[in-house]
Amino acid sequence: MMPDLGAYAVEVTLAWLGSLALLGGLIAWVWLRGRRVRAELDQIENRSERKRHG
Amino acid sequence: MSNGSLWEYANPVKFMRLSGRVLPWVAGLAAVLVGGGLFWGFFLTPDDFRQGSTVKIIFLHVPAALVAINAWIMMLVASLVWLIRRHHVAALAAKAAAPVGAVMTVIGLFTGAVWGQPMWGTWWAWDPRLTAFLILFLFYLGYIALWSAIEDADTAADLTAVLCLVGTVFAVLSRYAAFFWSQGLHQGASLSLAPGTRMDWAYKAPLYACMAGFTLLFVALLLAGTRTEIRARRYRALMVRERMYA
Amino acid sequence: MIALLTRDLRLAFRAGGGFGLGLGFFLILAVLVPLGVGPEPRTLGLIAPGILWVGALLACLLSLDRIFALDFEDGSLDLLATAPIPLEGVVAVKALAHWLTTGLPLVLVAPLLGVLLNLAPGAYGWLVLSLLLGTPALSVIGAFGAALTVGLKRGGLLLSLLVLPLYIPTLVYGAEVVIRGAAGLGVTTPLLLLAGITAGSAALLPFAAALALRVNLR
Repeated sequence: MMPDLGAYAVEVTLAWLGSLALLGGLIAWVWLRGRRVRAELDQIENRSERKRHG
Repeated sequence: MSNGSLWEYANPVKFMRLSGRVLPWVAGLAAVLVGGGLFWGFFLTPDDFRQGSTVKIIFLHVPAALVAINAWIMMLVASLVWLIRRHHVAALAAKAAAPVGAVMTVIGLFTGAVWGQPMWGTWWAWDPRLTAFLILFLFYLGYIALWSAIEDADTAADLTAVLCLVGTVFAVLSRYAAFFWSQGLHQGASLSLAPGTRMDWAYKAPLYACMAGFTLLFVALLLAGTRTEIRARRYRALMVRERMYA
Repeated sequence: MIALLTRDLRLAFRAGGGFGLGLGFFLILAVLVPLGVGPEPRTLGLIAPGILWVGALLACLLSLDRIFALDFEDGSLDLLATAPIPLEGVVAVKALAHWLTTGLPLVLVAPLLGVLLNLAPGAYGWLVLSLLLGTPALSVIGAFGAALTVGLKRGGLLLSLLVLPLYIPTLVYGAEVVIRGAAGLGVTTPLLLLAGITAGSAALLPFAAALALRVNLR
């Protein structure tokens, strides 16, 4: 399945692994930050909800 | 209006609703196109007669470079919308786009440099296109740094918008300067897709898939990031209110 | 406006006004580079135009935060913003003051440093001309950067990060004038582009800088 990368195996592998790592890191960062901020917002909204209705 | 909602502007509410519905589809389609396109490009394309297997790098390099530039253009438009129409969503969208554009620039630089290694024999060469991208990366860094440095959100939005405008002019000037500057070098093989020759459809198809996929990925990350910024802004507003009435 | 200019100039020349800073830095750089790179005359001669131009950039950078910061801190900037002269004019005058106290001295001292760096004999004229045409751009662009960061306490490093990329076109064309001029090649293109960037910046950036100042003064 794996193609024979020939003389340039190092370069191609490096380029692909590095890029996929960067892409993965970017997606993970956006996603995790989104989750964290959403959780913080939910928390603070619950607090103000409780204050008003409590 | 009751003392409940701090959504002073209709815009963020509508944006959150619309983006919430659209995001899963965009993300899903992006995943299919990126995954499929990259898989196709890596496993199912032949080696190039001149470049060998390094031609496979174009499936990452070209889409990343495309997004790197388009992200900045989007930031420019969003900055103008903010300065003229004062829609907060525009300012926050520009803020959210920057890290994505910056990382895409890095991927473009990294793949470009590695791609050139067999050709130039060094891990980095001051090829004008690569140099122009490196300069673009510096502009991204400055923009992101300015957002982080300023506390007041509206001030930050205004200043970064002006910086984006001025930066665009100078980024374009720098690109031409880089090409002028590199004329001194021996005109070796430059980093291009051999513009004279027609690209074989065996490469074009997966490349277009990757380009479309990366663009949709940018849109997905932009929507997600802007939603996060809107939530963060609401969070800060609630924090301020909490402290006032505590 | 003349009054503003003379006031800024007088402030710069006073003790602690930072007048000699840029020059001193420029000189130190011209000493450090050979120490770092080796005294081989051919090498130095090759890189001299670039070193001198980069040195000019960095030396200009040093005094940029003074353009607005002092007036911002003691409230005079608020007064200037409401004065009869347009804020854009204030920016232009302050950039001019910066150039007179930083850029122009650099232009005058550069040939001396060229000697230290073994600059090619044919390059001196081009060095002075390119710096003369280019340093005003550095002042105006720097004023824009200073306007963006005037509200920040320790904005110096951020200022450099913002301004240095904006300096790139001026640097490239300025250095190319010197390099090509020394080699006897045509210099019209870089010279015109250099002058064009300076002219364009001087005409347009004061508006952007004034906008940034108004935002920061809110």
